[in-house]
Formats: sequence, C-alpha cells, structure tokens
Amino acid sequence: MTFLQINDVHKRYGEHDVLRGVSLDVAKHEVVCLIGASGSGKSTLLRCINALEPIQQGEIRVDGDVVSGQGVDVNRLRRNVGMVFQSYNLFPHMTVLRNVTLAPVKIGGKSTAAAEEQGLALLDRVGMKDKAGAYPDALSGGQQQRVAIVRALASSPQVLLLDEITAALDPELVGDVLAIVRELAQDGLTMLLATHEMGFAREVASQVCFLHQGRILERGTPAQIFEDPQEDRTRQFLSRVLVAGRL
Amino acid sequence: MSAPVTSRTRTAAEVSATPTPPQPVLPTAALALLIGVLCALAAALALRSLHSMLGNPPAAVDAGLVALGAVALLPLVPAGRAFGSARSRSRLLAEGRLAGARHEAASGREHAHTAMGYALAVLLCAALVWFATANDGAISTTFLRWEFLQSSFANVLKAFWINVEVAVGAQVLVLVVGLLVAVMRLLPGRAGRPLRWLAIAYVDTFRAIPSIIVLYLVGFGLKLAQVPLVKDLSPVWLAIIALTLTYSSYVAEVYRAGIESIHPSQWAASRSLGLSYGMTLRTVIVPQAVRRIVPPLLNDFIGLQKDTALIGVMGVTDAFTQARLTASNVFNLTPVIVVAVLFVIITIPQARYVDRLLGKQQSRTGRTT
Repeated sequence: MTFLQINDVHKRYGEHDVLRGVSLDVAKHEVVCLIGASGSGKSTLLRCINALEPIQQGEIRVDGDVVSGQGVDVNRLRRNVGMVFQSYNLFPHMTVLRNVTLAPVKIGGKSTAAAEEQGLALLDRVGMKDKAGAYPDALSGGQQQRVAIVRALASSPQVLLLDEITAALDPELVGDVLAIVRELAQDGLTMLLATHEMGFAREVASQVCFLHQGRILERGTPAQIFEDPQEDRTRQFLSRVLVAGRL
Repeated sequence: MSAPVTSRTRTAAEVSATPTPPQPVLPTAALALLIGVLCALAAALALRSLHSMLGNPPAAVDAGLVALGAVALLPLVPAGRAFGSARSRSRLLAEGRLAGARHEAASGREHAHTAMGYALAVLLCAALVWFATANDGAISTTFLRWEFLQSSFANVLKAFWINVEVAVGAQVLVLVVGLLVAVMRLLPGRAGRPLRWLAIAYVDTFRAIPSIIVLYLVGFGLKLAQVPLVKDLSPVWLAIIALTLTYSSYVAEVYRAGIESIHPSQWAASRSLGLSYGMTLRTVIVPQAVRRIVPPLLNDFIGLQKDTALIGVMGVTDAFTQARLTASNVFNLTPVIVVAVLFVIITIPQARYVDRLLGKQQSRTGRTT
C-alpha cells in the first residue's frame, strides 16, 4: 500500500549535486522523519516532492500518479500535497483567516462562507481562533507556525511535508507546534518531516531516514536508528546531536 | 586613526589610576561665539539692504525689521551658555568631581553645537534676503510683482487645468501599462522569452528618449502620418499618450523592483498551496509589491506632473506656455513664478498623503521601519 514512491531521484544545482539517488517508499498513515546535518538534502527532497524544485533524474509518484517531470499538472498535485516551511511564509498582507481560506476558495472551489467555517474550525483546533482577524506580523513565531499548519491542512491534503518547522522558533514555543504535529500523526495523516528534534522524531516516526550528502545512508524504525545505528556516519551525527543536548 | 592622541604613551597603571578628564569646552564655545557674531553681522547687512530697497517704510515695517535683527542674535544665547558650562567644567574638575565635570562638558558642547547650527541657518536666510534685495530690489521685482501676479493669475490657473488633466490621465494609464510591462518582463520560461525581450526593448528605448522629444514626435508625427484612430485625437490626448509612453518605462522598472523584492519563500508558499503562477502574482506577490513601491512611484508621478510643462512643444497651451506669453507681454517673470508655485501646491498634498498611507500601513503591521 505504498502511497508516496520516490525512485532514484537526482537533483543538481549547476555543478552541485544535492540529491544523488534517493529512493523512499511511504505508506498511507506513515510518519517519516528525515534527519541529517544541514546541507544533507532533507529540505531539497521535500521541495522536490512538492515540485517546487525540478528533478534531473528519477521519478516521484503520489498515489500511483507520476508527479515529476514535464507535462504534470503541478497545481493539481499540490492540492494533495501540503507543505509547511521553516520560516512560516504566511502572506503578510492577509489576515490569518484569509491566509487559511485562500487556497480552498481559489483552488478548491469552495464558497467563502464554507471555507471560513472550515478555517475557523481548524484554527480553533490549534487554539488560534481568536486571532482569525489578526495579521501575521502581530503573531509570535509559534502562533504563525500554527497558522501555517492550518493553512496547509485547509486544502485537505493527503500528505503533509514539514520542513524543519520548529527550527526558527524560540525553545519555549517548540512544544506547542510539536503537539499539533503529534495530534495529526495520531489522526493518521501521512507526513514527511525534516527535523532536528530527535526526541520528537523518536516519538512520532514510524520510519527514520538518515541523509548524508544527498543519499539516504540508513533507514529504519526509530529504535533501530537511535539505539543501534549501523553506519559510522549515523553514529557520529547522533553523538554530536547528543552533545548539543537535542536528544 | 592610528596616530596616538597623547604625545607620550601611558602605561596601563597610569591609565587606571587617573580617569580620563572630559575634553575642554572653551575652544568650541569660542568658535560658536565667533560664528554667531559673524552670522549676526551678515544678517544686519541683509536687513539694511532690505530696508534701503523698501525706501521709506512705515514705522511698523521698521519695527518688524528690528525684530528680525533680534532673531538673528538668538544663536548667541546658547553660545553664552556654552561658556558657562566651560567654567563649571573647570571648577568641578578642580574639585575632583569627575562625573559632574563630564556632564558639564557634554552639555557645553551641545550648547555650542546648537549655537553653530542656528547661526548657519541665520546666515543662509540672510544670504537669501540679500540676494532678493540686491541691486535695489531688481531681482525681486523681476520675479514677483503684485500687479502682474493679480493680472496673470486667472489665465494661468485656467491653463493649469490642462496640465492637471494630462497628468491625471497619464498617471492612470501609466499605473496599468507599467504593471503590464513589468509582468511581461518577468514572464518565466522559454515561452515567455520573446515577450520578455520586447518588454526590455521598450523600457530601454523609452527610458532613454527625453520626454520632450517623445512629446514632439507623438504630437506632430502621428498627425502628419495620418495614423488611423490616432489622427483625430485631441492634442491633450496625444500629450497623455506621449507621457504614458515615457513614464510607463520608468514605472515598469519600479514595479519590477517591487515584485522582485518579495522573498521567494512567498512564491514557494503560494505555489505549494496549488495556486498557479498567475494567481500567485495576482493575489500574493503584486499586492505586497505595490505597498512597497508607493514612495518611488510618487517620485515618478511628480516627475510626470512636472513634465506636463513640456507639452507646449506640441502646441497645447498649458500653464507654462500661457505664463510665458504673459511674461513676454509685460516683460516680467511673475506669471512664470505663479506656475512654479502651482506645481508646488499640487505636489505637497500628495507627499503628505503618501506619508500618511505609509504610517497607517506601519501601525497596522506593527513594523517600526
């Protein structure tokens, strides 16, 4: 029951190889955590899945449909694939509620009233309903990120890509955002997340992938990766993370 | 600044034993006093020139001139205070009250600088008055005579409406055409390449040609060539078209800069939600860009307004043409000054409106910069 299939994906920026043959299968309701040093290709992989970056070789399938390469309706693909960014990327000239309802109204063909009702319900779920009329600049980082998650969820995507969504947050705000992701995982949403929060990855992931220099060097259950890593690189990375106090 | 401040190098022990005394204030205070006196003298000369130009003015005017002279002496007040601070500094230093001495030195310097700033302002005003009254007032009578102002005002103001019409018409068109050209120039991919090139060629050409030449060519050329549709247009419309051609190229670049200043992450966020290129441009990028480009846009619009004074070359009687006619009749430049003042009067409200708009935006988004 593979839902997302990544097959030997290569991505180059000019001379620089960012992804060198990444293959990964994600089943429905799975939560896959991508870990690895900065520059290892975690973010690029997520951006490729959402077709924000073209790939030079390989194939990506979502629910059986090829979504990479020429002639693909990327806009249709993206309705099924939501994405949340490290720096929130909310639209600063729109209120929180308009941020959330923009895609359902413009793309999903919903009426404004229906989209707002759904948007308010989602905002309520993350404790942001009373900020529906506020502009993003008036919110804290944690609040902005919660809105960004709701914005991605409002189009009812089948898979959610989360790109280091707590990396820009103050430590005391990280918990609120992770609690929401945890809840989504419990609800069975398929998710791929690049993260530096090892403790969190250990707790929610069904599969952990360690990326190194554009390849998936090691993958397995959290228990396998965190307690009994097979590769030297993985061990080195985890010990450095341990020293930094992030595990 | 590698040269040592003191003549001999002090040891670390000496430095920590004797705290740095405050800089002396007396030289700065003396300089301030000197500048203040010189500027007051200049003001006195200028006022005497004004007095002799006015001939035998009534006592009230004399009193006014004396008051102005008194104002010119005002910078001497802070200069005097600077001397007071300098004295206090020396006294406190002798008593060993270092912090107090430093405070007096700082406020003494502040007083001295204030005196210099005000004195230089007095000097500039004096120079202006002297210039206007020189040659027994020949300059001010050439530029500003009440009777010519009265006689020409109505005609010039009426002609000025043509300038306003052309400016407003062109501004509306420029807003639309400029955005279209900017979007054309930013079209992505291979498909957009020819349109991109056309946009670049247009901007390069029309930004380079002086607007007076475009006005001339459009004003006479299109009529001469009997171009259909265009040949029946009124000269005012031709002027609007010519200025739109010129200023759309500037404004297109302003739009482009605004659009490109929006962080790529906004594109990524919008595209990731499934919005197409066009939809992203329309709902996410351009609305944010427009807010940023309002100040430079106002600059270009003021430039456009001013260039409406050139439409005389295509045979339209605008305010400047009218004023020149009147000026050559009466052999006096007052009517032209009227036009200049009218341009200033319509520009200032726009500048204040933009300031208010930006202030409102900042208070809404909570940004301070």
